[in-house]
Amino acid sequence: MKRPKIFIANEIPKSVEEYIGQHCDYIMWDFSKRKTFQGILDHIGDVDGILEVGMKIDKNLLKHAPKLKVVSNISVGYNNYNIEDMKARGVLGTNTPGVLDNTVADLIMGLIISTGRRIVEADADTKAGNWKKGEMDKFFGKDIHHSTLGIIGMGRIGEALAKRANGFDMDIIYYNRTRKEDAEKRLGARYMEMDQVLKNADFLVVMTPLTEQTHHLIGEGELKKMKDDAFLINASRGPVVDEGALIEALQKGWIAGAGLDVYEKEPIDKNNPLLQMKNVVTLPHIGSATKKTRDEMGVVAARALVEVLEKGDSPYIVPELRKS
Amino acid sequence: MAKPKVLIGYPVKDEIMEYVGEHCEIVPMDYSKAITYDDIYEKIDDVEGAVVLITPIDKKLLDKGRKLKVVSNITVGYNNFDIDAMKEAGVLGTHSPGILDDTVADFVMGLLISTARRITELNSFVKGGSWKKIENNHLMGLDVSGTRVGIIGMGRIGEEVARRCSLGFKMEVSYHNRSRKVEVEKEFGISYKPMDELLSESDFVILLTPLTDKTHHLMGDREFSLMKKNAILINASRGPVVDEKALIKALHEKRIAGAGLDVFEKEPIEEDNPLLQMDNVVLSPHIAAGTQRTYDDLAWNAARCMVRILEGEEPVNVIPEMRG
Repeated sequence: MKRPKIFIANEIPKSVEEYIGQHCDYIMWDFSKRKTFQGILDHIGDVDGILEVGMKIDKNLLKHAPKLKVVSNISVGYNNYNIEDMKARGVLGTNTPGVLDNTVADLIMGLIISTGRRIVEADADTKAGNWKKGEMDKFFGKDIHHSTLGIIGMGRIGEALAKRANGFDMDIIYYNRTRKEDAEKRLGARYMEMDQVLKNADFLVVMTPLTEQTHHLIGEGELKKMKDDAFLINASRGPVVDEGALIEALQKGWIAGAGLDVYEKEPIDKNNPLLQMKNVVTLPHIGSATKKTRDEMGVVAARALVEVLEKGDSPYIVPELRKS
Repeated sequence: MAKPKVLIGYPVKDEIMEYVGEHCEIVPMDYSKAITYDDIYEKIDDVEGAVVLITPIDKKLLDKGRKLKVVSNITVGYNNFDIDAMKEAGVLGTHSPGILDDTVADFVMGLLISTARRITELNSFVKGGSWKKIENNHLMGLDVSGTRVGIIGMGRIGEEVARRCSLGFKMEVSYHNRSRKVEVEKEFGISYKPMDELLSESDFVILLTPLTDKTHHLMGDREFSLMKKNAILINASRGPVVDEKALIKALHEKRIAGAGLDVFEKEPIEEDNPLLQMDNVVLSPHIAAGTQRTYDDLAWNAARCMVRILEGEEPVNVIPEMRG
């Protein structure tokens, strides 16, 4: 039987590359070069599968890959998939849920503490040699313990975050499309309507996937409902938050600050006003970025790809593309 | 009867000044600038009670302040007290245990995650306009959850840190302390280890011991050489618990991966301290207890401790060395 051909668009661990090599022929992007759409098209004319992160998969790309059967995201989010276009072409898509939950939840907790307790600001000020005696109150921050954590979108990562928050005796409230009563019991979380979560949270964490319904879920109206000493944390997908409205909220003091790992445009524009704000922590989309987790994600993504090509099915196919 | 004269050696909120004013005559001080040892020395003559933050209470000051009966420290640490000199002068010292535990434990976790996941470094990376491509394998950090943490010094703050690590982050927690804490071991599922074993096995080493003759330079060359290469040191106790020169050497030689430090051998830290140049070190200006709420609670405690003693009531929160 002829071996399937794969295009590997992102860097993966050597061991994962070897695993793929055992099952498929593959070509890999030259990572010393900047990725371009045309460059990608040049590689996918005869491939059966693509292993990638965040590559836009729509009819525009699909028409250049007539043999394509499966695309495997090395990430849990898959808003890069145009589900309708992929359905129309019969191309399957997979993702890597589960493996990164703890690593992302760790970072979110880090964003909560480093914004609330102003660690980033204090570090920069201290390193600049500005520490003077008798200014203890200069970096007074907001207590984390016994504060209210509001989670919008209670999926696996939301639950992993709630578990951490339990260690800090935080009061956990959440909103989700569907109530999760077992999670409420396990984690001591309380379900509230979205407005109530917005109004009560000291730290509001957005954890929804990006869909048409969640695009700009947090806009001017939502930010105005938040407490003026509350912080917004986003490590899900940038466009879930209306960034223009967030910038206005921060400039006008509707909220106290923000911790961001994701943006409407990535990498972020150099002239984005967020980059000038001391009360905003900006990270370069590193929610899942530890070696162990990235390696595991690579393994899962490669396995899902091979499963689809060899057996026509995988538990990692995204829900919208599963064969009922 | 004339009210006793007292000195408030650090700005506290109006309600506290009013409370003290009802019971005592407060010596006027200029709170618009930082109050120094010399300012306090100058006004100490007829003073019977003082509330101070970290002002050294030494023989020189006690020789001039002949009427002193009590000095109340706003903080929990009291290495600013010359205990022998105070005993000889018959001056009681009080401190503020139990108030800042949660706030400090929150900050310790913040330092730990910020260092492991490179939050301060990557915030500067983004804000400085260096984020230019989506590929971010060079920005990876170290996992927090599921790793091993060793806590040196298992007092109240240590317990709160253990709780966060164990319940929240599923970390395997071990500790070293002068005395074993069997109840804490059971409550949080943590285990006692000899110092060297703890150092050589931990991914994170957290220092929470008080500063005494025995803990001075507890962490030196030998101890750093026992630590894992990818381990991180967190110090939120007192600076001199760490031999800072040895730490700087260990960081330069990459014998450990990084450090999160809230305390230093000399505070404020000197501008030419090499730690200020290190991206893998998170520095904060001794603010682990720094939230307005906690500071107000600490100051209230110190004011009440002082007033009680001056009014002849049963003293509370006297430092252990002066009890009984």
